[in-house]
Amino acid sequence: MPERRSHRSFMSYIDKSREYYAAHGYDQPYQWPYHHEVPFVTLSKPLSECTVGVVSTASLPSRAEQAAASFRPPKHPYAISANPIPESLYTQDVAWDKEATHTDDINTYLPLQRLQEFQQQGRIGKNSRRFYGAATTYSQRQTLETDAPEILAWCREDEVDVVLLVPL
Amino acid sequence: MSLVARHLEANGIATVVLGSARDIVEECGVPRFVFTDFPLGNPCGKPWEVPMQQAVIGTALDLLEKAWQPRTTVQAPFVWTPDKNDHWRERFMRVDDSNRATLAQAGEERRERQQAQR
Repeated sequence: MPERRSHRSFMSYIDKSREYYAAHGYDQPYQWPYHHEVPFVTLSKPLSECTVGVVSTASLPSRAEQAAASFRPPKHPYAISANPIPESLYTQDVAWDKEATHTDDINTYLPLQRLQEFQQQGRIGKNSRRFYGAATTYSQRQTLETDAPEILAWCREDEVDVVLLVPL
Repeated sequence: MSLVARHLEANGIATVVLGSARDIVEECGVPRFVFTDFPLGNPCGKPWEVPMQQAVIGTALDLLEKAWQPRTTVQAPFVWTPDKNDHWRERFMRVDDSNRATLAQAGEERRERQQAQR
C-alpha cells in the first residue's frame, strides 16, 4: 500500500518564513527572487581536468569575535586559502535549524575534504586554491551588484571551471 | 546563493547548488540543484557520515557532467530519521497559539531596538 499524505513532504521555507515574520508583526512579506529564464552552460573539458570552487554562506570571524554573544559577522564576500582545509567556519548567525542538528562537522556544509577525495580518485582535476564566501543577505541588490561579481572575479583569478554553491 | 550561481553560469562557469530549501532555490531558478531533504544546516549530508557525504557530492559532480538543461533537480536518496520522526518540519519557525504572543512581543522588541539604533 503506498503511503499517502495530504501535504507535500518537503518544507516550503517561503511559506514558513512568511508566516513566521508575519507573526512577528512584519506586514510586508519578503519578496523572493523568481526567474523564468535560467542560464546554462555545458563543461568545455572533462570534469577530471576541471578546477572546482566552493562557495559557502558561512563566515570567517576571529575567535575573539565569536566569543561575544551579540557578534554579527560582516556581510562581505571573501576568498580564503583552501590549504589547509579549515576545521570550522562561523555559522551561528545563519538561520539553520539549531534544534534539529549542528554544524560541528564542516564537511556537512563545506565539502573540501570530500572533493579532495574525488581529486585523489581522478574524478575531478583539483580543488581551487581558495574557497569563497557570500553571506545570505536581505538585500538582493548587494548579492547581485557586489557579492556575485566579486566571487566571479576570484573564480577567474583562480582559473575555476566549475563551482559548488552550498547555502546553509 | 542561487543568485550567485546564476551570475557565474551566465558568465560561463558551470554551477551546482547543494541545499535543503527546495522552494527558495527552485523559485529563483538555477542550472543544477542537489536537494537534500534535511533540516537546514547539513546540505552535504549528515554530520560524521562520510559515505553519505561522498554520495551527495558525487551526485553534484554527476549533475555537472550529465545535466543537459537548466532547472535540473536531483533529490538525494536520504531521509533525516529512518523511523520517520520528522518533527523538525513542524517545529522549525513554528507559529501556533502557544507562541503567537511571544513572537509578537519579540517582533515589537526588535523594532524598538532597530529604532533606537537609527
